[in-house]
Amino acid sequence: MKCEKVPLKGWRELPEGGTITEPGSSVLFDASAWRTSKPIIDQNKCTKCGLCWIFCPEGAIKVNPDGRYEVEFMYCKGCGICDKACAVRAIRMEEEEK
Amino acid sequence: MLEIRWHGRGGQGAVTAAEILATAVIKENRYAQAFAAFGPERRGAPVLAFTRISDSEILLRSQIYEPDVIVVLDKNLCTMEGVGDGLKGRGTVVLNTSHPPANFVDTFPQAGKIATVNATKIALETLGSPITNTAILGALVKVTGIVKIDTLDDIFKERFKIYADKNVNMARRAYKEVTIMERGV
Amino acid sequence: MKKIGLSGNYAVAHAVKMADVDVVAAYPITPQTTIVEKLSEFVANGELDADYINVESEHSAMSACIGASMTGARVFTATSSQGLAFMHEVLFIAAALRTPMVMANVNRALSAPLNIWNDHADAMAERDSGWIQLWVSSAQEAYDTTLMAFKMTEETRLPVMVNLDGYILSHTYEPVELIEEETVRKYIPSKPLVNRLSPKTSFSVGVVGPPEYYFEMKYQAIDAIERSRSTISKITTEFNRSFERSYDDIGTYGMDDAEYALLTMGSMTGSARVVAEEWRRKGIKAGVISIRTFRPFPVEIFRQKVSGLKGLGVMDRSSTPGGPSNPLFCDVATCLYGLKERPVLQGFVSGLGGRDISLENFRTMFKATMDAADTKSPKPCMYVGLRE
Repeated sequence: MKCEKVPLKGWRELPEGGTITEPGSSVLFDASAWRTSKPIIDQNKCTKCGLCWIFCPEGAIKVNPDGRYEVEFMYCKGCGICDKACAVRAIRMEEEEK
Repeated sequence: MLEIRWHGRGGQGAVTAAEILATAVIKENRYAQAFAAFGPERRGAPVLAFTRISDSEILLRSQIYEPDVIVVLDKNLCTMEGVGDGLKGRGTVVLNTSHPPANFVDTFPQAGKIATVNATKIALETLGSPITNTAILGALVKVTGIVKIDTLDDIFKERFKIYADKNVNMARRAYKEVTIMERGV
Repeated sequence: MKKIGLSGNYAVAHAVKMADVDVVAAYPITPQTTIVEKLSEFVANGELDADYINVESEHSAMSACIGASMTGARVFTATSSQGLAFMHEVLFIAAALRTPMVMANVNRALSAPLNIWNDHADAMAERDSGWIQLWVSSAQEAYDTTLMAFKMTEETRLPVMVNLDGYILSHTYEPVELIEEETVRKYIPSKPLVNRLSPKTSFSVGVVGPPEYYFEMKYQAIDAIERSRSTISKITTEFNRSFERSYDDIGTYGMDDAEYALLTMGSMTGSARVVAEEWRRKGIKAGVISIRTFRPFPVEIFRQKVSGLKGLGVMDRSSTPGGPSNPLFCDVATCLYGLKERPVLQGFVSGLGGRDISLENFRTMFKATMDAADTKSPKPCMYVGLRE
């Protein structure tokens, strides 16, 4: 999933009073360029305890239908909290390729 | 236009008296303004209030510098400087005092009419506290005929509710007891 | 209709009661006025079905009003001087968030020294907040304007400030004709506005507006108050027709043929007219113009009213220390700058901190305006009534 660049609206089109009238507008926000390193989950070590999911401040960890934990890289800012939180050291931070 | 200046002490009801008179005039379908020289309100401190009365709409909103009538709710205020300031020639003075009008000729040399009433005595006997404003209103109405005494009764009923009767009695007693002295100046 | 004796404050309180407001949020202590005291009495007696919120500061009062307005409630608050100053930052938010509400501001001086008396410094300091600012010259006008203000705020979705001069209007008893409550209810029916905070809708308010957005958002508020001119005029005309009044964005006396005039705001208007009448009896064509709608400033109407005038004395009851002139004068000069034919302007500041502006002061100002016009050389701003 890649966020498309939305053209900025003129003053007549923007909602009145500086408000956001639709829910969940933050899902459109692409933070992928913020990272210097990214978390890699070793699915063999992962015990599916959910600590990374709890601690991720961006909600960038998602659980697949088959129960596997994966990172949504559009929202991951590479903070490494999941790496610190993981009880079984199943997550390592790998430098983002430039 | 008739302009009245009220001198009282905080708690005696000078401001209320100015308002009641204006309200009574308005009730009689004429025009009036009542306002006060507001300051740090303290019980006992000297207070100034004003009533302006006219048959036509009142546009003027400055203070009153040359009153036609001066009302003093406490005779001790007569010893203060400025109580008679600006009184128009042959103007009227209404005082709360146990003394006769002749005693105040020196204080108000330009007055054409001086009236006195012992409003404190009336207030203490009727109300039990020295709030003299409604008694002095009764005297003022007698001396000047600005409004009907019945109109005052109506305003007291609207404004004082359970104390209305006492105020009606005070005003009516002062209306009867006021001593008026006319002077050729 | 029968007139009764009411103070300016009580006249406003009666208008608010008749407008059947849903929420009153106000700080109850100095510099508060008897407007909200009376309203709290109405609520306590069951005469007004509203939530009365006693808050701990004017900052909170305005914040509570914004929240209440967001839910679609009809909202009122009142304040004065330091209280308005304390609301300062929240006033801009109320305007930019487009929250309808009416506030009575009893105009008083700003400290120091501590002063509870009338001048226009408080409202002038909030001139740029985006609020509609209306100014009244009598208790009757305070009552009528407060009623109109509810209609204006709900149609423009801009907050409206009704300014009445402290003590000179707020505490003065004078004749006021109250409209029947039922008639008022018909005039401004209590229809709930859109509840923007309903849990059924998803809505974010008070969001960050980065440089890519702020300018557009701010311009919306600028555009809204520009467009409010026609709404204000329409509502005023309708009110005049319904209730036999004769209000205008700009009040005038003798301006059909006036050669010299004083420009006033608020309670100064009446006394200025008394002096204008005096001059007319002497054969001088004198007039008075008073600004009722200060924001939005009625530029076009103002230009029309002053056309043909030789001299205009502009009375400010506040000051802009260090400025090129004072608030009203600056606006007037800006309005007239582009015109080929324009009156000579003479600026005055008077009545600060409750100093009485006597008839003699008004005469001085009329005379100075005539002199400035006849010699075509106005003096620098004159401070009338100031002791040397």
